[in-house]
Amino acid sequence: MNRRSTRLVALGLSAGLAAVALAGCAPSAGDGEGDGVTLTWWHNATSGPLPAVWEEVAAEFEEAHPGVTVEQTGYQNEELQRTLIPNALASGDAPDLFQVWPGGELRDQVENDYLMPLDEAIPDTIESVGATINPWQVDGATYGVPFTFGIEGFWYNMDQFAQAGIDTPPTTLDELIEATGKLREAGFTPIAVGAGDKWPAAHWWYQFALHSCSPETLQAAETDYDFSDDCWVEAGEQLQEFLGTNPFQEGFLGTPAQQGAGSSAGLVANGQASMELMGHWNAGVIGGLTPDQTVPEYLGWFPFPGIEGSAGDPTAALGGGDGFGCSKDAPPECAELLEYIMSEDVQAKFAASGSGIPTVPSATASLEDPNLKAVAEGLAEASFVQLWFDTAFGTTVGNAMNEGIVNLFGGVGSPEDVVTMMQDAAATL
Amino acid sequence: MATLLESAGPAVSAGPAPAPPARRRSAARRTRAEIALFVGPALILFLGFVILPVILAAVYSFYNLPQAFQWDDLADPARFVGLENYRRALADPVFMGAVGHNFFILGMSLLIQGPIAIGVALLLNRRMRGRTAFRLLIFVPYVLAEVIAGLSWKLLLQPNGGVNALLEALGLGALQQNWLADPAIALWTMFFILTWKYVGFAILLMLAGLQGVPEELAEAASIDGASWWQVQRYITIPLLGPTIRIWAFLSIIGSLQLFDMVWVTTRGGPLNATQTMATYMVEKGQFGGQPGYGSAIAVILFLISLVIALVYQRFALRRDLAGAVTRGVR
Repeated sequence: MNRRSTRLVALGLSAGLAAVALAGCAPSAGDGEGDGVTLTWWHNATSGPLPAVWEEVAAEFEEAHPGVTVEQTGYQNEELQRTLIPNALASGDAPDLFQVWPGGELRDQVENDYLMPLDEAIPDTIESVGATINPWQVDGATYGVPFTFGIEGFWYNMDQFAQAGIDTPPTTLDELIEATGKLREAGFTPIAVGAGDKWPAAHWWYQFALHSCSPETLQAAETDYDFSDDCWVEAGEQLQEFLGTNPFQEGFLGTPAQQGAGSSAGLVANGQASMELMGHWNAGVIGGLTPDQTVPEYLGWFPFPGIEGSAGDPTAALGGGDGFGCSKDAPPECAELLEYIMSEDVQAKFAASGSGIPTVPSATASLEDPNLKAVAEGLAEASFVQLWFDTAFGTTVGNAMNEGIVNLFGGVGSPEDVVTMMQDAAATL
Repeated sequence: MATLLESAGPAVSAGPAPAPPARRRSAARRTRAEIALFVGPALILFLGFVILPVILAAVYSFYNLPQAFQWDDLADPARFVGLENYRRALADPVFMGAVGHNFFILGMSLLIQGPIAIGVALLLNRRMRGRTAFRLLIFVPYVLAEVIAGLSWKLLLQPNGGVNALLEALGLGALQQNWLADPAIALWTMFFILTWKYVGFAILLMLAGLQGVPEELAEAASIDGASWWQVQRYITIPLLGPTIRIWAFLSIIGSLQLFDMVWVTTRGGPLNATQTMATYMVEKGQFGGQPGYGSAIAVILFLISLVIALVYQRFALRRDLAGAVTRGVR
């Protein structure tokens, strides 16, 4: 049945073509040799310098590979991650190259056989990014390659710190609390947090957990959803204690993280708050929210301080990155495009544009933005990088965890409740 | 079958069928073909995009499904959980809170928006200067896209936003609030935004209904010495009854299905203070990676809406809709 209908369509098409040829406006037979491969590529670059970089990359790749068309589209990050890609994968009509989130979501996608293993196609590329590849691997096979990876820290207003009499960025939790006190005294809102979006608030708890739990405990949590260690409850207790010092802005439960002047990033961008705990992308977000659309001169960065006397590694960092992978049925050119995206030239261009921290070490030298350089240094100095917990645990557990933490922020529920909610969610898997 | 044929046999052999019925039969067949032709595409779309999803949601609601699930998952007996998703929803304080919020909005809409709409419509129905301008002003919020209206209010109501700045400028700084960020008042703020948005539509409906109220009755009553208020109370408002009942029906269904405005302004927060059934469904089903649980919520929302709609039609709308909904075109 199927074959017959294709033949019919082909017949119809050739009849149509013949008619066109007879009419004398047939296209000149030039690129008949090219096999006419079209690659669709979905990424999360919608603002800042990155869309232009990807557009250029697509054009260059097309030029070097005659007959290949690259259709690249940028979508808003959460939209892409939570709606577009899951739906496209489930409907069997996935884009060829797309943003693949590491950790739990990658494991789900691999389990459903949606992704192409890349180890044989581009071994050198995988080699080139070093240990940052780990979160994109399942059972030793690689399903995505990160083009950027960075860690979280404080983005702060150096001028306000100086006015409040803080000479050096805090290196311990006590110093951080002391600094927020000084900032309050000087009339500033010490810290902005976008608890309305839940995850930015949750990152505070992640940091306390990271600095309270041993690396082995963290590992066990990620693979077996084992949250029995006391350190998970301790993280909540530390957070509660920290919340008691009133470090955040008014009405933080309703504040979004990255959209508009009233968001937590906007508060820092407009000098209404002194610092924000946020990932490596935040310089760009803050820059986009200032009146003149540039990263403010006063913006500085320092890593999350260690916590004295806790089991966690004081130099551990929390981080994450963006990577691309190919869908199961993508043409082989998909891996070639990924290889090109990860080439030193493109990585250097990516770094120079100030869009983020490249994963290929040699490209780090091309970083111009001083804050990104600071983050890259922090990443290099970190003894151990933990992937964002919600990403690492996957959507179901991650979502329940974030909700529990925001409850804690709002004074509803206890540190134990957060762990209970995580365990309950894990039990439904 | 055989007996049927046998019994049919003699009847046919009794004589040739008269010509007119045959023609009538073919005409009837053609009518049926026409109906099939014209209704067919719409019916297929309706079955495919309305009925099928409803059935699928009901099926999914009995399973514990991963975020990006495949058909195979439905065949996996380990994934079948029976009524567990429903039990979980009914035991979840957040979901029960969301149901409460829906009914809060529903009750408040009827109690507050209705009287406002009727009052304003009665005032605007009189000849007065600038009537058109008033009508336009009241109706503009309804014309505005929900997302745009929601985002505008979100910006105005944030802690350092326009509303608080206005209060400060008016010397009412003490009244400043975290309108959408304080769990204690967020739902009231949400109700205010909804009223601002939808009262114009209610007023428009009431004005349209007032056009159907004969002026002669009011004239006769005032000749008999009835005051303006008495005319409204005993003549106009009772005659406006059908319009009010239809508006209330739309308002009830809208309150139960409330989603867009909440999603763009608070996304159900802070601390689930403005969570509705629909936002909770999307939060869990789409963003929480639990399509099975989300489907169970969708089914509960569907059942609540259906039952309320049927009961309302049966008891409140029976006279207004006699023949229109239940018995087809006459």
